[in-house]
Amino acid sequence: MALLLKGGRLVDPAAGLDTVADVVIRDGVIVEIGEDLTIPKGVTIECAEKVVLPGLVDLHVHLREPGREDEETVSSGKRAAAHGGFAGICPMPNTEPVADEGSAITALMDLADDGFPVQVFPVGAMTVKQAGELMAEIGDMHHAGAVAFSDDGRCVQDSGVMRRVMDYAKMFPVTLMSHCQDDALAGRGVVNEGVVSTRLGLPGYPAAAEEIMIARDIALCELTGCRVHVQHVSTARGVELIRVAKAAGLPVTCEVTPHHLFLDEDMLDLTYDTNRKMNPPLRTAADREALLDGLVDGTVDAIATDHAPHAAHEKQLEFELAPFGTTGLETALSLVNTHLVACGRVTWSQVAQWMCHGPRSCVPLIPEQRIEVGRPGTLTIVDPEARVEVTREWFVGTSRNSAFLGAKLLGKATEVLVDGEWALKGGKVVER
Amino acid sequence: MAYRTKAEVMDSVAIDRALTRIAHEVLEANKGCEGLALAGIVTRGAHLAVRLAERIRAIEGVAVPVGSIDISFYRDDVATRLAPEVRRTDIPFDVEGRTIVVVDDVLFTGRTIRAAMDAIMDYGRPRTIQLAVLVDRGHRELPIRADYVGKNVPTAGRERVKVSLSETDGRDSVEILEQDGGE
Amino acid sequence: MTAMLSSRHLMTMDDVTADDIALILDTAESFAEVNERRIKKLPTLRGRTVINLFLEPSTRTRMSFEIAAKRLSADGVNFTASSSATVKGESLRDTAATLAAMSCDLVIVRHKYAGAPQIIAEMMDCSVVNGGDGVHEHPTQALLDLYTMRQNLGHLEGLTVGIVGDIAHSRVAGSLVPALRKVGATPIIIAPPTLLPARPDILGAEVAYDFDQVLPRLDVAYMLRIQMERFDEAGFPSLREYARLYGMNMKRLSAAKPELVIMHPGPMNRGVEISSDVADHARSLVLGQVESGVAVRMAVMYLLLGGADSGAAA
Repeated sequence: MALLLKGGRLVDPAAGLDTVADVVIRDGVIVEIGEDLTIPKGVTIECAEKVVLPGLVDLHVHLREPGREDEETVSSGKRAAAHGGFAGICPMPNTEPVADEGSAITALMDLADDGFPVQVFPVGAMTVKQAGELMAEIGDMHHAGAVAFSDDGRCVQDSGVMRRVMDYAKMFPVTLMSHCQDDALAGRGVVNEGVVSTRLGLPGYPAAAEEIMIARDIALCELTGCRVHVQHVSTARGVELIRVAKAAGLPVTCEVTPHHLFLDEDMLDLTYDTNRKMNPPLRTAADREALLDGLVDGTVDAIATDHAPHAAHEKQLEFELAPFGTTGLETALSLVNTHLVACGRVTWSQVAQWMCHGPRSCVPLIPEQRIEVGRPGTLTIVDPEARVEVTREWFVGTSRNSAFLGAKLLGKATEVLVDGEWALKGGKVVER
Repeated sequence: MAYRTKAEVMDSVAIDRALTRIAHEVLEANKGCEGLALAGIVTRGAHLAVRLAERIRAIEGVAVPVGSIDISFYRDDVATRLAPEVRRTDIPFDVEGRTIVVVDDVLFTGRTIRAAMDAIMDYGRPRTIQLAVLVDRGHRELPIRADYVGKNVPTAGRERVKVSLSETDGRDSVEILEQDGGE
Repeated sequence: MTAMLSSRHLMTMDDVTADDIALILDTAESFAEVNERRIKKLPTLRGRTVINLFLEPSTRTRMSFEIAAKRLSADGVNFTASSSATVKGESLRDTAATLAAMSCDLVIVRHKYAGAPQIIAEMMDCSVVNGGDGVHEHPTQALLDLYTMRQNLGHLEGLTVGIVGDIAHSRVAGSLVPALRKVGATPIIIAPPTLLPARPDILGAEVAYDFDQVLPRLDVAYMLRIQMERFDEAGFPSLREYARLYGMNMKRLSAAKPELVIMHPGPMNRGVEISSDVADHARSLVLGQVESGVAVRMAVMYLLLGGADSGAAA
């Protein structure tokens, strides 16, 4: 089975590509790249005016299976990923029960093996039940297929425990991912501590609660030599701490989310929109700028969505009672194009770095992907001129708690190929 | 909707005479001013009550107590419109057992008078309530009639009666207004 | 001239303009007279249904609203439940939908969490009055405080009002500071840094740590209640030290302007934020505040419910 992608703009900084050319994929592998290519038989896809990227990977998603299948399943999450242009996703372990042992990872891999071609790279818990006390069976989970470990949603408060986990994990080629939060300082906080907490009378979550733990994890990285990945960094000082650590040669990486890049606390008002309640909370406009600067100068390695589906009836509670999080898989690429590429602030080459190569460099167990002959036919094709209106009906995933409901965005993934198999075609998720 | 004057039915002299006559009628009907009090409905009824009290004093040499009633909170159409300005109700006398003459400028549907009587009742139980108006223009919607009338002025329902008093409007007059232009 | 408020809700002080405040206070004066009558009842809102949705216990505020509704002849219904019941059982949205199905005209909502009135307003097609939401706002309290100040000091513009105590956790301060600014008064918030919100600077009030330093400038000393129930996370070492630094007592009273008046939203902790002799002093307006509460709430109900369909009738 052969596939010819005709006339697309191929963008891949790792392959040194930014050119209009044709791509031939045969038996799931890229076999030819060049101009005016033809195939004797097979399918030709017209890609003129489109951008062809190596398949995007999201390092941070929450699929609610097992436990809250009403919010998202592995299967629905994979389809949401394809709809947003992602070829691979890393589900966090905070399911019910927590994925804290090898069998849970195996079960997840089985669920992911549903014939739909989006790759799933499981993340296991660092500590048993994510309780922050006893180290989980990291080796067992690694052998079952876990590529990284995180207590995401929570943070190991005991630095001694964190140190042991890091010391232990460094013998495996895995990544420790840290949701950085000092619980005592964050308290009952639900919005950034500052203007918005004062204005809306809501408990504040100070930037320092996040930054203190980033600083701790950097210090433990230096102490243990274990690579650590800071999840959803949201503050200017957080980025600066990582910048300094990287300059010192420490194996520290980090990600930012689209909502922290494109929203800030000023967008919270007397409507008390719980879809904009996140952890970490939306910070200030200055923090947003610092996150973008961090991306541009390479301090921030990846854009990851922290896709957090929640049931409507739970999101509709009082702001202080509603769960944290927004969905993100389906809107991330369109947001990046709308706010960064279309207005000329960044190039597609940078987007390829932040959404394809960056994530893979943070987690070395995720296979490398390039637009090169001999590599898998795993690609994301984008129509930068497509118009998207974010309505509840537009989503493919099970939950619709998006912080961007109502937004009119520019650009949309139209095709996702994984090893030459269609996950998204003509803008529609392929039914399997 | 614009209105224009159709006719002036009372001038200041006529108003003056009517008030003097009403003062005499009140005293005659009540055999003096023992236990008598006046309660004017804000705004113009209150001014008329004060004038009436002056006439009574000129005749009898006695100052009868005068109060004012704001009926905003007693209206039966609060749901549809609010009074532009709520003024304080001021009843500086004990209502219990008195003869109270409610004073208003125009008697129309009777709803205002109904509200005023309710308001007075909330202060206590008067012996009788009587009603004095400068103009009775007809079109009653409730079984209410005036005991003392300055002038009966038959009007069409679409017409308006405009009472001007020097205290609020700089001059005394009663005019009938009709809609400008017609249909 | 129209006697309408600019919003159909009173959820935050953002809903009212300076003109609205003047209208509410003037209307309240008329109602205050009613409260002195033998028969303290008006037929004004006969047939209207007012629901007191109190999801956090507050007997005083609920009673004040209840009496106000009764004096206007509205049919008042109480719906009380603890917040935890709404967490585990029916959601606030479902409660609101249930009330909406019974078609009422006004909902007074008191809740432990900020933003609850907005949820009610979203779900119900009636006016909503915030009877206190979390540590956010309590607008009728601010209005009755303004009324009390105006009655006792003759005017509001130009007054300097010191609000002393736990500003961070006070819905009273949350409404009073913007209310004072709207009427041209000068609020000063006086508290240790631990009892201030994260960004007091955005409130538009002067901030002072030292009560005694600003005391001589004050026309009103507004003492906030120290929440004994959350003493474990209190921002001061002991009640004794708090009383010493921030409590209103006779010594402070004598150091203040002779016309200074003392206010407190109640209930008072005698001996903590206010000494007993000050609480009972002639310059304490505490009971006057309670009395004003009924008239001001009557005015708010009258203005929100009356003339609702005036557009059609005009």
